[in-house]
Amino acid sequence: MNSVGEGCTDLKREYDQCFNRWFAEKFLKGDRSGDPCTETFRKYQHCVQKAIKEKDIPIDGVEFMGPNKDKPES
Amino acid sequence: MVKYFCCAGLLKSSWDQVCVAFWQRYPNPYSNHVLTEDILFREVTPSNCLISRRLLTKTSRAPRWMERYLPKHMASSAYIIEDSIVDPQTRTMTTLTWNISHARLMSVEERCEYCINPENGSWTEIKREAWISSNVYGLSRAIQEFGLARFKTSVTKTMKGFEYVLAKMQGETPSRTLAETATERARETALAAKEKAKGLASHAQKKQYV
Repeated sequence: MNSVGEGCTDLKREYDQCFNRWFAEKFLKGDRSGDPCTETFRKYQHCVQKAIKEKDIPIDGVEFMGPNKDKPES
Repeated sequence: MVKYFCCAGLLKSSWDQVCVAFWQRYPNPYSNHVLTEDILFREVTPSNCLISRRLLTKTSRAPRWMERYLPKHMASSAYIIEDSIVDPQTRTMTTLTWNISHARLMSVEERCEYCINPENGSWTEIKREAWISSNVYGLSRAIQEFGLARFKTSVTKTMKGFEYVLAKMQGETPSRTLAETATERARETALAAKEKAKGLASHAQKKQYV
Protein backbone atom coordinates (compact mmCIF):
# COMPACT_ATOMS: atom_id res chain seq x y z
CA MET A 1 0.00 0.00 0.00
CA ASN A 2 1.26 3.49 -0.80
CA SER A 3 2.32 6.04 1.75
CA VAL A 4 0.78 9.52 1.86
CA GLY A 5 4.29 10.78 1.18
CA GLU A 6 5.06 9.81 -2.41
CA GLY A 7 8.72 9.24 -1.62
CA CYS A 8 8.08 7.19 1.53
CA THR A 9 6.44 4.10 0.06
CA ASP A 10 9.64 2.04 -0.20
CA LEU A 11 10.60 2.84 3.39
CA LYS A 12 7.09 2.01 4.51
CA ARG A 13 7.12 -1.36 2.75
CA GLU A 14 10.42 -2.23 4.35
CA TYR A 15 9.05 -1.33 7.77
CA ASP A 16 5.72 -3.13 7.20
CA GLN A 17 7.55 -6.30 6.31
CA CYS A 18 9.65 -6.13 9.46
CA PHE A 19 6.65 -5.28 11.64
CA ASN A 20 4.37 -7.99 10.26
CA ARG A 21 6.94 -10.67 10.96
CA TRP A 22 7.63 -9.37 14.48
CA PHE A 23 3.91 -9.02 15.24
CA ALA A 24 2.99 -12.57 14.17
CA GLU A 25 6.08 -14.42 15.32
CA LYS A 26 7.02 -12.56 18.50
CA PHE A 27 4.44 -10.16 19.86
CA LEU A 28 1.34 -12.38 19.62
CA LYS A 29 3.33 -15.32 21.02
CA GLY A 30 4.29 -13.37 24.11
CA ASP A 31 7.97 -13.06 23.16
CA ARG A 32 9.18 -9.76 24.62
CA SER A 33 12.73 -9.93 23.30
CA GLY A 34 12.71 -6.43 21.87
CA ASP A 35 11.62 -4.79 18.65
CA PRO A 36 13.92 -5.42 15.67
CA CYS A 37 12.15 -2.77 13.55
CA THR A 38 13.18 0.37 15.45
CA GLU A 39 15.64 1.55 12.83
CA THR A 40 13.39 0.98 9.80
CA PHE A 41 10.55 2.68 11.69
CA ARG A 42 12.73 5.71 12.46
CA LYS A 43 13.70 6.15 8.81
CA TYR A 44 10.11 5.72 7.64
CA GLN A 45 8.79 8.17 10.25
CA HIS A 46 11.36 10.77 9.27
CA CYS A 47 9.98 10.65 5.74
CA VAL A 48 6.26 10.42 6.48
CA GLN A 49 6.17 13.09 9.21
CA LYS A 50 7.80 15.49 6.79
CA ALA A 51 5.16 14.68 4.18
CA ILE A 52 2.38 15.29 6.72
CA LYS A 53 3.77 18.75 7.52
CA GLU A 54 4.09 19.58 3.82
CA LYS A 55 0.53 18.50 3.14
CA ASP A 56 -0.84 20.23 6.22
CA ILE A 57 -2.65 17.15 7.46
CA PRO A 58 -4.27 18.20 10.73
CA ILE A 59 -3.11 15.52 13.14
CA ASP A 60 -1.35 17.71 15.70
CA GLY A 61 -2.81 17.40 19.17
CA VAL A 62 -5.28 14.68 18.22
CA GLU A 63 -5.51 12.58 21.36
CA PHE A 64 -5.04 8.81 21.22
CA MET A 65 -8.47 7.12 20.94
CA GLY A 66 -9.54 10.77 20.93
CA PRO A 67 -13.29 10.89 20.30
CA ASN A 68 -13.94 7.75 22.36
CA LYS A 69 -15.14 9.85 25.28
CA ASP A 70 -18.59 9.85 26.81
CA LYS A 71 -20.07 7.91 23.97
CA PRO A 72 -23.76 7.27 24.41
CA GLU A 73 -24.83 3.67 23.80
CA SER A 74 -27.83 4.23 21.53
CA MET B 1 -28.28 14.70 17.30
CA VAL B 2 -26.06 11.72 16.70
CA LYS B 3 -27.07 8.60 14.86
CA TYR B 4 -25.95 5.42 16.59
CA PHE B 5 -25.48 2.11 14.86
CA CYS B 6 -24.36 -1.21 16.26
CA CYS B 7 -23.79 -4.60 14.66
CA ALA B 8 -21.93 -7.84 15.19
CA GLY B 9 -19.72 -9.62 12.71
CA LEU B 10 -18.05 -13.01 12.57
CA LEU B 11 -14.82 -14.07 10.91
CA LYS B 12 -14.17 -17.79 10.66
CA SER B 13 -10.50 -17.38 11.51
CA SER B 14 -8.65 -17.34 14.80
CA TRP B 15 -8.16 -14.11 16.71
CA ASP B 16 -4.40 -14.23 16.05
CA GLN B 17 -4.92 -14.62 12.31
CA VAL B 18 -7.43 -11.78 12.26
CA CYS B 19 -4.98 -9.48 14.04
CA VAL B 20 -2.19 -10.38 11.62
CA ALA B 21 -4.57 -9.76 8.69
CA PHE B 22 -5.68 -6.45 10.21
CA TRP B 23 -2.26 -4.96 9.48
CA GLN B 24 -2.09 -6.43 5.99
CA ARG B 25 -5.58 -5.86 4.71
CA TYR B 26 -4.79 -3.10 2.21
CA PRO B 27 -4.90 -3.29 -0.69
CA ASN B 28 -7.59 -5.86 -1.33
CA PRO B 29 -10.14 -6.10 -4.15
CA TYR B 30 -12.76 -4.33 -2.00
CA SER B 31 -10.60 -1.40 -0.91
CA ASN B 32 -10.37 0.65 -4.08
CA HIS B 33 -11.39 3.74 -2.12
CA VAL B 34 -8.31 3.49 0.12
CA LEU B 35 -5.54 5.53 -1.47
CA THR B 36 -2.79 5.61 1.14
CA GLU B 37 -2.01 3.97 4.46
CA ASP B 38 0.59 4.97 7.05
CA ILE B 39 1.58 4.17 10.59
CA LEU B 40 2.17 7.42 12.48
CA PHE B 41 2.75 6.09 15.94
CA ARG B 42 3.46 2.71 17.48
CA GLU B 43 4.46 1.57 20.91
CA VAL B 44 4.31 -1.42 23.23
CA THR B 45 2.95 -0.22 26.57
CA PRO B 46 4.33 -1.36 29.98
CA SER B 47 1.27 -3.62 30.23
CA ASN B 48 2.33 -5.28 26.94
CA CYS B 49 -0.37 -3.87 24.71
CA LEU B 50 0.46 -2.70 21.21
CA ILE B 51 -0.91 0.75 20.52
CA SER B 52 -0.81 2.18 17.01
CA ARG B 53 -2.15 5.06 15.01
CA ARG B 54 -2.79 4.57 11.31
CA LEU B 55 -3.53 7.36 8.85
CA LEU B 56 -5.60 6.51 5.79
CA THR B 57 -6.55 8.58 2.77
CA LYS B 58 -9.84 7.56 1.24
CA THR B 59 -11.83 8.92 -1.66
CA SER B 60 -14.96 10.62 -0.42
CA ARG B 61 -17.63 11.29 -2.98
CA ALA B 62 -20.68 13.18 -1.89
CA PRO B 63 -23.97 12.25 -3.51
CA ARG B 64 -25.27 14.59 -6.21
CA TRP B 65 -27.98 16.21 -4.09
CA MET B 66 -25.42 17.13 -1.48
CA GLU B 67 -22.88 18.55 -3.89
CA ARG B 68 -24.65 21.84 -4.42
CA TYR B 69 -24.47 22.61 -0.72
CA LEU B 70 -20.74 21.97 -0.55
CA PRO B 71 -17.95 24.43 -1.20
CA LYS B 72 -16.74 24.26 -4.78
CA HIS B 73 -13.42 22.48 -5.29
CA MET B 74 -13.81 20.60 -2.05
CA ALA B 75 -11.14 17.93 -1.74
CA SER B 76 -12.39 14.65 -3.10
CA SER B 77 -10.39 12.67 -0.57
CA ALA B 78 -10.53 12.52 3.20
CA TYR B 79 -8.04 11.76 5.93
CA ILE B 80 -9.03 9.12 8.43
CA ILE B 81 -7.34 8.25 11.72
CA GLU B 82 -7.53 4.75 13.09
CA ASP B 83 -6.20 4.19 16.61
CA SER B 84 -5.91 0.68 17.94
CA ILE B 85 -4.97 -1.33 21.00
CA VAL B 86 -4.00 -4.98 20.67
CA ASP B 87 -4.03 -6.77 24.01
CA PRO B 88 -2.51 -10.24 23.60
CA GLN B 89 -3.19 -11.13 27.26
CA THR B 90 -6.96 -10.78 27.02
CA ARG B 91 -6.99 -11.51 23.26
CA THR B 92 -8.85 -8.30 22.52
CA MET B 93 -8.23 -5.75 19.80
CA THR B 94 -10.01 -2.41 20.01
CA THR B 95 -10.02 0.10 17.17
CA LEU B 96 -11.37 3.61 16.94
CA THR B 97 -11.65 5.18 13.49
CA TRP B 98 -12.80 8.66 12.58
CA ASN B 99 -12.49 11.25 9.83
CA ILE B 100 -10.42 14.38 10.42
CA SER B 101 -11.42 15.92 7.07
CA HIS B 102 -14.84 17.41 6.35
CA ALA B 103 -15.77 16.72 9.97
CA ARG B 104 -18.16 19.64 10.25
CA LEU B 105 -20.06 18.38 7.26
CA MET B 106 -20.23 14.83 8.57
CA SER B 107 -18.38 13.01 11.27
CA VAL B 108 -18.28 9.22 11.39
CA GLU B 109 -16.72 7.51 14.38
CA GLU B 110 -16.43 3.78 14.51
CA ARG B 111 -15.41 1.59 17.41
CA CYS B 112 -14.69 -2.10 16.90
CA GLU B 113 -13.84 -4.79 19.37
CA TYR B 114 -12.37 -8.04 18.12
CA CYS B 115 -12.69 -10.97 20.54
CA ILE B 116 -12.56 -14.75 20.47
CA ASN B 117 -15.99 -16.16 19.66
CA PRO B 118 -17.30 -17.78 22.88
CA GLU B 119 -18.97 -20.68 20.99
CA ASN B 120 -16.06 -21.47 18.71
CA GLY B 121 -12.60 -20.60 19.98
CA SER B 122 -11.08 -20.66 16.49
CA TRP B 123 -13.41 -17.92 15.27
CA THR B 124 -13.38 -14.18 15.91
CA GLU B 125 -16.31 -11.94 16.58
CA ILE B 126 -16.45 -8.22 16.00
CA LYS B 127 -18.66 -5.82 17.87
CA ARG B 128 -19.00 -2.72 15.76
CA GLU B 129 -20.47 0.59 16.86
CA ALA B 130 -20.73 3.84 14.94
CA TRP B 131 -21.72 7.39 15.72
CA ILE B 132 -22.66 9.59 12.79
CA SER B 133 -23.31 13.29 13.14
CA SER B 134 -23.59 16.39 11.01
CA ASN B 135 -23.72 20.06 11.85
CA VAL B 136 -25.07 21.35 8.56
CA TYR B 137 -28.05 23.50 9.39
CA GLY B 138 -31.28 22.10 8.02
CA LEU B 139 -29.59 19.15 6.37
CA SER B 140 -28.08 17.29 9.27
CA ARG B 141 -30.76 14.60 9.31
CA ALA B 142 -30.51 13.90 5.60
CA ILE B 143 -26.73 13.85 5.75
CA GLN B 144 -26.77 11.49 8.73
CA GLU B 145 -29.12 9.14 6.90
CA PHE B 146 -26.83 9.18 3.90
CA GLY B 147 -23.82 8.64 6.17
CA LEU B 148 -25.43 5.67 7.84
CA ALA B 149 -26.38 4.04 4.55
CA ARG B 150 -22.86 4.50 3.25
CA PHE B 151 -21.39 3.22 6.49
CA LYS B 152 -23.43 0.01 6.19
CA THR B 153 -22.19 -0.54 2.63
CA SER B 154 -18.63 0.03 3.77
CA VAL B 155 -19.00 -2.53 6.59
CA THR B 156 -19.93 -5.17 4.00
CA LYS B 157 -16.88 -4.24 1.94
CA THR B 158 -14.62 -4.27 4.99
CA MET B 159 -15.76 -7.77 5.93
CA LYS B 160 -15.34 -9.05 2.37
CA GLY B 161 -11.89 -7.53 2.21
CA PHE B 162 -10.97 -9.10 5.52
CA GLU B 163 -12.20 -12.53 4.41
CA TYR B 164 -10.27 -12.17 1.18
CA VAL B 165 -7.00 -11.29 2.95
CA LEU B 166 -7.49 -14.05 5.53
CA ALA B 167 -8.16 -16.67 2.84
CA LYS B 168 -5.09 -15.53 0.95
CA MET B 169 -2.92 -15.69 4.06
CA GLN B 170 -4.11 -19.20 4.76
CA GLY B 171 -3.43 -20.22 1.19
CA GLU B 172 -7.03 -21.13 0.45
CA THR B 173 -9.22 -20.15 -2.42
CA PRO B 174 -12.30 -18.62 -0.85
CA SER B 175 -15.44 -20.54 -1.75
CA ARG B 176 -17.32 -18.48 -4.29
CA THR B 177 -19.63 -18.76 -7.21
CA LEU B 178 -18.18 -18.60 -10.70
CA ALA B 179 -19.57 -15.11 -11.27
CA GLU B 180 -18.01 -13.88 -8.06
CA THR B 181 -14.70 -15.44 -8.97
CA ALA B 182 -14.77 -13.73 -12.35
CA THR B 183 -15.62 -10.36 -10.82
CA GLU B 184 -12.88 -10.80 -8.28
CA ARG B 185 -10.35 -11.67 -10.93
CA ALA B 186 -11.28 -8.58 -12.87
CA ARG B 187 -10.93 -6.51 -9.71
CA GLU B 188 -7.56 -8.04 -8.93
CA THR B 189 -6.30 -7.29 -12.41
CA ALA B 190 -7.58 -3.74 -12.16
CA LEU B 191 -6.01 -3.43 -8.73
CA ALA B 192 -2.66 -4.69 -9.92
CA ALA B 193 -2.76 -2.24 -12.81
CA LYS B 194 -3.72 0.60 -10.49
CA GLU B 195 -0.92 -0.17 -8.02
CA LYS B 196 1.51 -0.36 -10.90
CA ALA B 197 0.31 2.99 -12.21
CA LYS B 198 0.63 4.52 -8.74
CA GLY B 199 4.15 3.16 -8.53
CA LEU B 200 5.05 4.58 -11.92
CA ALA B 201 3.51 7.93 -11.02
CA SER B 202 5.45 8.23 -7.77
CA HIS B 203 8.57 7.12 -9.59
CA ALA B 204 8.04 9.80 -12.21
CA GLN B 205 7.48 12.34 -9.48
CA LYS B 206 10.67 11.29 -7.73
CA LYS B 207 12.56 11.71 -10.96
CA GLN B 208 11.28 15.23 -11.30
CA TYR B 209 12.76 16.13 -7.96
CA VAL B 210 16.19 14.78 -8.82
